Amino acid sequence: MQLSMRRLLDKAFAGTGVVSLVLLGAALLAVLAPIAWRGAGAFVFRATIEHRRLMLAMFSRGNPAEVEAAVARTRAAREPVYKMIADFEAQLAAGDPAQRHKYAKPLRELKARLRDLFGPFPGEPRPVLMRDQYGQTRWDRARVKLHRVLFREEYDYSDPTQWGRKVLRPRQEEFQGTAVEPLFAYLQAHAEEMFEPRWTLYWRFFLDESRDAHFFGGIGAEVLGTFYLALGAMLVAVPVGVAAAVYFTEYAGGHPLVGLLRTFISTLAGVPSIVFGLFGLAFFINTAGVSRSKSVLAGSLTLGLLVLPMIIRATEEALRAVPWTYKEAALSLGAGRGRVVATVLLPAALPGILTGVILALGRAAGETAPIIFTAAVSVGKPLHVWQTLSQPTPALSWNIYNLATEHAAADEIRHVQYGMVLALVLIVLLLNVAAIVLRGRLDRRLRG
Amino acid sequence: MNALVREPPVHVDNALLGLRPMSARQALEVHIRAERFSVFYGDVEAVREVSLVIPRRQITAIIGPSGCGKSTLLRAINRMNDLIPHCRTKGQLLLDGVDIYDPRLDVVALRRRVGMVFQKPNPFPKSVFDNVAYGPRLHGGLTRGELAEVVETSLRRAGLWDEVKDRLRMNALRLSGGQQQRLCIARALAVAPEVILMDEPTSALDPRATAHIEELLAQLRRDYTVVIVTHNMQQAARVSDFTAFLYEGRLIEHGPTARIFTAPEKTQTQDYITGRFG
Repeated sequence: MQLSMRRLLDKAFAGTGVVSLVLLGAALLAVLAPIAWRGAGAFVFRATIEHRRLMLAMFSRGNPAEVEAAVARTRAAREPVYKMIADFEAQLAAGDPAQRHKYAKPLRELKARLRDLFGPFPGEPRPVLMRDQYGQTRWDRARVKLHRVLFREEYDYSDPTQWGRKVLRPRQEEFQGTAVEPLFAYLQAHAEEMFEPRWTLYWRFFLDESRDAHFFGGIGAEVLGTFYLALGAMLVAVPVGVAAAVYFTEYAGGHPLVGLLRTFISTLAGVPSIVFGLFGLAFFINTAGVSRSKSVLAGSLTLGLLVLPMIIRATEEALRAVPWTYKEAALSLGAGRGRVVATVLLPAALPGILTGVILALGRAAGETAPIIFTAAVSVGKPLHVWQTLSQPTPALSWNIYNLATEHAAADEIRHVQYGMVLALVLIVLLLNVAAIVLRGRLDRRLRG
Repeated sequence: MNALVREPPVHVDNALLGLRPMSARQALEVHIRAERFSVFYGDVEAVREVSLVIPRRQITAIIGPSGCGKSTLLRAINRMNDLIPHCRTKGQLLLDGVDIYDPRLDVVALRRRVGMVFQKPNPFPKSVFDNVAYGPRLHGGLTRGELAEVVETSLRRAGLWDEVKDRLRMNALRLSGGQQQRLCIARALAVAPEVILMDEPTSALDPRATAHIEELLAQLRRDYTVVIVTHNMQQAARVSDFTAFLYEGRLIEHGPTARIFTAPEKTQTQDYITGRFG
């Protein structure tokens, strides 16, 4: 082959490599950037006075005097709104029943939208749900709610050949010429005074318990639950997996049954995770009865089973990669088989085993299907260690799904959902970085 | 039953070693004796009916071309061949009169008595100290101080102490190749064996490190029975007291090194040591 041709081919190969790397990087960025950006919104945002009031009441954070003063200021700013409505209601009560009938529905709606925005009207009985007791805590949500006060969403079906078109109708039109009419202009002009939004870093989002099903507070219980489940899975899988790998590499001969066993383990790695979930429910909970119902223990056992093949594979490979000469040296010094494994093979294989374990940890932390049936609940308190034996826990992976699809107000708390995604990605990313760093350190120690 | 039973020393029949009856050399004790000893790998007979005597506290070199079975014979002495599947033996291989391949024999105890140094230096990826202390720790029963003492003595014997005494905590893999090999010797010595098997211990080393190891061998000879396999004929001539020449698994000739290299009886030996083949 011509030299120039060979050079061209070399360049083509190198080029392909570079292009694929760039594509990979771009894909990673495309996935991670929105997660990071939107996830950051969960703990860096413009918090309104309602947020500060809530934090003070629920977590005793913040300066009470300062919050009191701000509450007084915003209440004063909101006062004209309530006054206009009260005046109008008084007018209607005293006036023409036809008028009263005409404005009953629009007024009811307006008040409902205002309650969404500000919380209950002054003097109203305290609502049952916490989400109704406070106004909007985030400025971005407050803006959305304000918009709904100002405009009514309607669909225009006048053209039968077209889909219904969304039309925004200013509510002001409904109240033309009444005492309420100036309310809308007032709201627009004084929105900030009524909320006093302030940039806030709410880092405790990752540690705080959620309040009222994730409407307020953080995702502490989910983060903790994820840690419990992943670590529990490792407690199950690592001893069993390492022992099995040692058996396979050091003790099992070429017996056909051993080959069969290996095949089974490889098959185990290919079983869909939802099947593991069902198995966990059927076996660990219903048959073995490790707990009366879902529990972290049952979930850990199930996840442990799921990652077992990963651990076995990684350990086997690590053990096989240990130079034969180490083993020979140990044997020639009079070490028995068990001693060789314990003093030479396992220490030398540790980096590889550890990498496998941490990757498995990441997998266990992210798995959803196995824990649906065995461990996960949508809402719950952070557990103490001893409670993990009998109690179910919320966990990030399951709650991301739950908040996105099953939560009563999924749209209201998107930020929590993104925060959870970010937390999960960060946990897995940190575990992977830890694996790389640890492996590097151990490798250096082994290589001298 | 598992411990090897020591027999009263048996003196070597001088004729067996090819020594003339008139030799002034004092009588030697038999340490290892092979009686029509064969090793098979599956159907391949790697060592064929070798009968040989290895005297105590002497250096015996096994020479021969590649694949002649000299390493196999060496490894048979501490049963390192057990690791190879389908490997079996025939005949007898006796250490102090006890059959090494007796099924009742404790292999671990055997390997304590018969240490080994390999072709490539193979220290563990641990500190210098831990490498030497590995064997003593395995067998236990030593206090911290005693252990340190054993390590120091072993390193001194291996001629490495002065070079590493200040860096016992350093990873052994950072030593040079020659130092690593001497460390491996120290590690073998730390178990206090009677026999040291060396499988081409200098083939991976440069001439200077080789010279160092050879000097060491001369010192070790006073206390240990050394069996060394080597490709290097000059080395065999320089360091050994007795030489066995193996060819295609058979023992061709065995005798005092001086005689083998100056007046071999067999033409095959003559051809090999003069470099006509191998």
